[in-house]
Amino acid sequence: MGALLDPGTEIDGYLIEKQIHAGGMAIIYAVTAREDPGFPLVMKVPRLGFGEPAESVVSFEVEQLVHAALKGPFVPRFVAAGDIARQPYIVMERIEGRTLAEWVERAPVDPAELARLGAALGTALHGIHLQEAIHLDVKPSNVIVRSGGEAVLVDFGLARHAHYPDLLAEEIRSPIGSAPYISPEQVMGVRWDPRSDVFSLGVVLYELATGRFPFGSPGSLAALRKRLWRDPVPPRAIAKSVPEWLQEVILRCLEPNPDLRYPSAAQVAFDLADPAQIGVGPRGRKLRRDGRWKVFRRYFRAVGLEPGEAPEPTQRLAGPSIVLVAIATRHADDAQLDALREAVRRIRTAAPEQRLACITVIKPAPELGGETEDEAATSQRIKHSVVLRHWAEPLALEPGQISFHVIESNEPADAILKFARMNQVDQIVIGAPPRDVALRGMLGTVSSRVSSDAAPEPLQFLRLLGTVSTKVAAEAPCTVTVVRPRAAMPE
Amino acid sequence: MKLALLADVHANLEALRACLEHAESQGAERYAFLGDLVGYGADPGAVVDLVRGYVERGALAVKGNHDEAALAGQSESMHQAAERAIAWTRAHLSDGQRAFLAALPLTVREDGLFLVHASPEQPHEWLYVTDPARAAAGLEASAPASWVFCGHVHEPVLYTVGSAARPVAFRPVSGVAIPVPAHRRWLAVVGSAGQPRDGNTAACYAMLDTDRPALTFHRVPYDWRAAASKVRAAGLPESLARRLERGE
Repeated sequence: MGALLDPGTEIDGYLIEKQIHAGGMAIIYAVTAREDPGFPLVMKVPRLGFGEPAESVVSFEVEQLVHAALKGPFVPRFVAAGDIARQPYIVMERIEGRTLAEWVERAPVDPAELARLGAALGTALHGIHLQEAIHLDVKPSNVIVRSGGEAVLVDFGLARHAHYPDLLAEEIRSPIGSAPYISPEQVMGVRWDPRSDVFSLGVVLYELATGRFPFGSPGSLAALRKRLWRDPVPPRAIAKSVPEWLQEVILRCLEPNPDLRYPSAAQVAFDLADPAQIGVGPRGRKLRRDGRWKVFRRYFRAVGLEPGEAPEPTQRLAGPSIVLVAIATRHADDAQLDALREAVRRIRTAAPEQRLACITVIKPAPELGGETEDEAATSQRIKHSVVLRHWAEPLALEPGQISFHVIESNEPADAILKFARMNQVDQIVIGAPPRDVALRGMLGTVSSRVSSDAAPEPLQFLRLLGTVSTKVAAEAPCTVTVVRPRAAMPE
Repeated sequence: MKLALLADVHANLEALRACLEHAESQGAERYAFLGDLVGYGADPGAVVDLVRGYVERGALAVKGNHDEAALAGQSESMHQAAERAIAWTRAHLSDGQRAFLAALPLTVREDGLFLVHASPEQPHEWLYVTDPARAAAGLEASAPASWVFCGHVHEPVLYTVGSAARPVAFRPVSGVAIPVPAHRRWLAVVGSAGQPRDGNTAACYAMLDTDRPALTFHRVPYDWRAAASKVRAAGLPESLARRLERGE
């Protein structure tokens, strides 16, 4: 069908209001529905005329299939799809915001703002990876940034969902995607690795930081293949204002070998949320591209490279994750600390790529102002940070595998839960309440136990701790492991 | 309309009952049996009787190579354990049960559906649909049906073909409804109810919802211990009991 629809046209109960965007592959209209869904709507209609390549039809079919399967705040809410053979369209939520392309126009973007944008995009990508989908066409024009700073992903025409057949696999003979952004493995025809999105995220960050593409915009397969061995010019060699931590993140995303990249988009977001904790290595410091010998070795490996077999759908995206361990630095009980460490050690044995975030929640410093209070607060934070680091020493983790967070809050459980949600934590490890408290927790209400009874201070604290782990276990968005040291003597 | 499709029951009464019960709980309105009701397992008579009841109430059924071998006494192309099982099966079917198997057609074509035990190419050659090239040939032979269902290969796989000639193979995830619109053509190997071979002991079947249209592959845990004990008690080859215990 010819894609242009006049205002006032009605399609399957949706009334065309006006055209709001005309892209190369599709036109977007503002529409209203007979039954108001409670949020504004757009209809995306593909340009499918004579002479359109078969891929674009299939691509729209893929978009209908994958978008319909996705939920959550990182994609526009899917409303309806039109029969591909009769009247293809997608009706979805209209997202208010600006595309990331607007920031690219203003590149180089300030590192702090760039970190926020990158963290939002990493979080959004992880949000769809957790739903067994991979975007595979990550680029600035496919990312809408809401006024609150959250990123929303659009255009799932090249996406892959592990629960459905890959309709594009039958059509394609050559790599598909946007030349500047696609990963080396996509160039080789691999369409099942979520780390491909991590690579494209790296390209977007590079572009925001320098205003250039790391690998140009190649027009031939031979030129596209170059990214399998040739590393890009380090961002700091182009823009001196790029900090080392940012270059470290960008170049790690852009590693040709997926195993050397961040194992998940969530970990990119995690680093960008707290740049001070990024461990800068040779990647972050280098000012030149790799030497001829190193490039030659990569070239040699790339020449013989064959695309690997896709793993089982259910294993494909299970991937590594972020583990949060909550440590009560104020009332350190050795047995409890040892038990927590042992629990973390066991979790890490099963999945060594996991990141460990060590957290303690302390009371906020009184807001009185004045230098002495500030100094006291700082030394307070350092003291707790030292306890955290000391706890972690026996685990012998590299700087990139572990981070330490001293959070000030009067509500420890809320602070832990908030951190877990913001950073897409996959598992929380926390100390168990004393046994009598746990029992009461099951029988009575949580709040009754925080009341100021006559118990001595340490016991009161233990009860408070009990309420923290109880609340965390009840409300966490992920698995919670509640750890208790084995009783010294059988009772 | 929800159509439950079961293939390769292979005289496994426990698995058949578990699948039928599951399908009923999922709202199945009609049933199709894609061949090899007998062979390997210890309950050929009971399985044939149960399926015959469904067919009398409108279920569809086609003949498989083991069904035919059990009738004709021709099993020279089979491996030894299968051959022994066929000889045993023949002795445990009544005249009525044999007559039911003998009357089964090789293929059924109905409203966009095509049902067959092995590849639609030459149904009586019992070709295995194990790769996209075989699937392409099978789809060509069964045109213009939109939904082609077969068994014979004991692992669930879905092939689809659109404008390009080469189908894509997809290993389905249990319980996920996959949209299967009629503008494409689909060939599904529904997996084996009575003798799964993909490392998962659970029985396998598929459900087509023709209204959406969508196809869901299901895995149903069943009492394979009981089925394997019966195989041993019947004096059938040990390897056939072990296969049920390991699902491979």
